[in-house]
Amino acid sequence: MQVVINGKPSSLEHVRTLAELVAQLRLDGRIAVEINAEIVPRSRFASQLLHEGDVIEVVQAVGGG
Amino acid sequence: MSGKTDDLVIDGKAYQSRLLVGTGKYRDMEQTRAAIEASGAQIVTVALRRMNLGQKAGEPNLLDYISPQRFTLLPNTAGCYDVDSAVRTCRLGRELLAGAALVKLEVLGDEKTLFPDVPATLKAAEILVAEGFKVMVYTNDDPIMARRFEQMGCVAVMPLAAPIGSGLGIRNPYNIRTIVENAGVPILVDAGVGTASDAAIAMELGCDGVLMNTAIAEARNPVLMASAMRKAIEAGREAFLAGRMPRRAYASASSPLDGTFFN
Repeated sequence: MQVVINGKPSSLEHVRTLAELVAQLRLDGRIAVEINAEIVPRSRFASQLLHEGDVIEVVQAVGGG
Repeated sequence: MSGKTDDLVIDGKAYQSRLLVGTGKYRDMEQTRAAIEASGAQIVTVALRRMNLGQKAGEPNLLDYISPQRFTLLPNTAGCYDVDSAVRTCRLGRELLAGAALVKLEVLGDEKTLFPDVPATLKAAEILVAEGFKVMVYTNDDPIMARRFEQMGCVAVMPLAAPIGSGLGIRNPYNIRTIVENAGVPILVDAGVGTASDAAIAMELGCDGVLMNTAIAEARNPVLMASAMRKAIEAGREAFLAGRMPRRAYASASSPLDGTFFN
């Protein structure tokens, strides 16, 4: 399945849900995710299915004013 | 303060510090932590950016240095030039911070001035307030706009004193004072402070607080400047509460004129 993660085209294998993607990328809890410009609450990571062409953004807190 | 508390209250929560600080432009995370410690700030702004997914596990995370348990973290919408990206950023911030609804909204007009796009900011604030966000809004030093933001439900209005990162100080003190006089929500100067006296002036004008980043982070010694800012905010606040003497065009002797033993 082809998706775009943080601006980079990526090919996903053996990943069906957002929770599985988060686990595969070894992301810790201090992230927030949107798919196709819609926020995905953490409580929905396990049930959120990924689809061909999804645009996924994974953000974290960084220094800023 | 003669034993009485003088808290800054934002969205019903009381803060003892009236200095709010950013976390950008520091040399490293350790310096960020040390400067924030020295500032005494309790509200700390952060930005949201794409995670580097090639990042190794264990790479430093800002939240390891600035604990969300200890500080009120204020996600900002820095870098947003339109309503949609600002609203999306706030939603991500709330998700990242486990439902904390306090956000710093800024919708910028152009890269050269980083002045706010006020019509877009109004639109974004309207959407965010309707979604239950507690909006602290960066805007220009226009008293009419400040009132509009208050009326639409923003929990604090944050006029700029000068362009973000410019360090030019309080360029329009009369406007800032007018905004403060008309306000029913906290007014914080956000952006433009260059050194401690600028922060003190903002507080002497009656501002409820000051939000700054570059003035501390770009000082030669950021930790020492953070300490200076803490004192300036406290001094300016006390001077405001004390009420300054009137200005006079000519001198007024401090020592008695009667009882001199010379002619």
